[in-house]
Amino acid sequence: MSTIWARERAESHPKEQPKLHLKHVTRLFQTPNGPLTALDDISLNVAEGEFLCLVGPSGCGKSTLLNLMAGLDRPTEGEIWKDGERLDGPATDHIMIFQELGLFPWLTVRENVEFGLRMRGVAKPERQARAREYLRLVHLSHFERSYIHQLSGGMKQRVALARALATDPAVLLMDEPFAALDAQTRDRLHEELERIWTETRKTIVFVTHNVREAVRLGDRVVVLTFRPGRIKTALTVKLPRPRHLEDPHLALVARDLLVQLKEEISRSAKEEYRDEESG
Amino acid sequence: MKKAARQLLFYLFLLLVWQLLFQRKLWPPYLFPSPTMVGEALWQGFSDRTFLVGVTISMRRIALGYGFAVVLGVVLGFLIAASDFLEATVGGLVLSLQSLPSICWLPLAILWFGLSERAILFVVVMGSLLSVTINTEVGVRHVPKLYRMAGRNLGARGFGVFAHVLFPASLPHLVVGLKQGWAFAWRSLISGEMIFVSLGLGHLLMVGRDLNDMSQVIAVMIVIMALGQLVDQLIFRGVESRIRNRWGLAREV
Repeated sequence: MSTIWARERAESHPKEQPKLHLKHVTRLFQTPNGPLTALDDISLNVAEGEFLCLVGPSGCGKSTLLNLMAGLDRPTEGEIWKDGERLDGPATDHIMIFQELGLFPWLTVRENVEFGLRMRGVAKPERQARAREYLRLVHLSHFERSYIHQLSGGMKQRVALARALATDPAVLLMDEPFAALDAQTRDRLHEELERIWTETRKTIVFVTHNVREAVRLGDRVVVLTFRPGRIKTALTVKLPRPRHLEDPHLALVARDLLVQLKEEISRSAKEEYRDEESG
Repeated sequence: MKKAARQLLFYLFLLLVWQLLFQRKLWPPYLFPSPTMVGEALWQGFSDRTFLVGVTISMRRIALGYGFAVVLGVVLGFLIAASDFLEATVGGLVLSLQSLPSICWLPLAILWFGLSERAILFVVVMGSLLSVTINTEVGVRHVPKLYRMAGRNLGARGFGVFAHVLFPASLPHLVVGLKQGWAFAWRSLISGEMIFVSLGLGHLLMVGRDLNDMSQVIAVMIVIMALGQLVDQLIFRGVESRIRNRWGLAREV
């Protein structure tokens, strides 16, 4: 078993300077029912070019963690460092793929992909060429003139991926991007994402509640606890790539993680029922 | 096509009822003219160019007043949406002013500007400004937070967030405000034009009254109605449906 995965501390890779370094990050939210600790003392390193998956039940603060990494939100306590510099304000090279994507309906597919470049002041001919290149990468060349509502769910995902990649980000932050898709589409997108990651070697932080998806994609999987979000386990997945969801080895790793996750899921379920009774 | 035929039939029926009522001679013809008399008044008005002059003058006024209201209203709407302080103060004031019928501004306008062009323009602006402002503000508030976050994440900052995200995202709402503002502006203009020899369509209505010429009054009413409809159909319907299609929103039933 130890040949395909290894348990470890979350802040591994001490030799190189990490791409992202989270130091005792805590995030509190003020709610009508008093303060809510979304994240509690998270310390985590993400290495350059690493594909890191964050797994946890809903309400464990996964999205909050991504927002912090994107600089769209600030930690209540603790620090986030990128490339040895403290992150302060939105990081323009940490591109987020939101769960609901946030593609702009008033722009065509190509204009959506161009958006980040336009904001960076890239001239029109160049940004069009780059947008076309990335649309080719996600196999959407024929749809560059379509509007977002004309696309299927899987195609929208690929537009979002192309839009993020076109800015040549240092880190790609993906928030349950494939959660709403059917199994076949998700399968295909896993393959595409793995291929694109192998080609571009971007650092990716991928949030999901699906353990198998995490093991399918990640170099490393970090499991978060439910409310407050803490790191429960982190493990390195040493399965060879390209991986397949049906691979029995993959299933084995996933099963072990699922046991850990299940405790958290049942805690989150209990909490939800309690909320319902009291509300 | 079927719809057009139905509408045509309906209007023919109305004309018929009108004609029949006229023939019963319930009221004197100078109070209740026949369709043909009104038709003649329309023809007369256009052939001696008084209606054309009236239309031109009224359209020029509304272009000026409404244009000013749109620019001011959109800016004001965005400012109110951008600031909690402005929302609590100016936003509340705008809402209460909106409940004033625009004709209420007329006495004030006359006292301030006299019987003048500026008084009319003032009434037009006050009539349409508020609904443009309110709809703009609502539009901006309805922009999903996600668009703003995505825009910022992709590098939009400050004015860029406004120009490239908030403004286009709020357009579907904004157009509703512009359309409503236009309707209010048109009404305010006609009432404003009644106050003096302003030569506009509102003035032509008053001329008809002064001459006891009901045919002219009705003829001018028809012109006012037709123009209002024309602008609504030609400009606003088109723009609105283009936007709704592009944004992928359901068409209005």
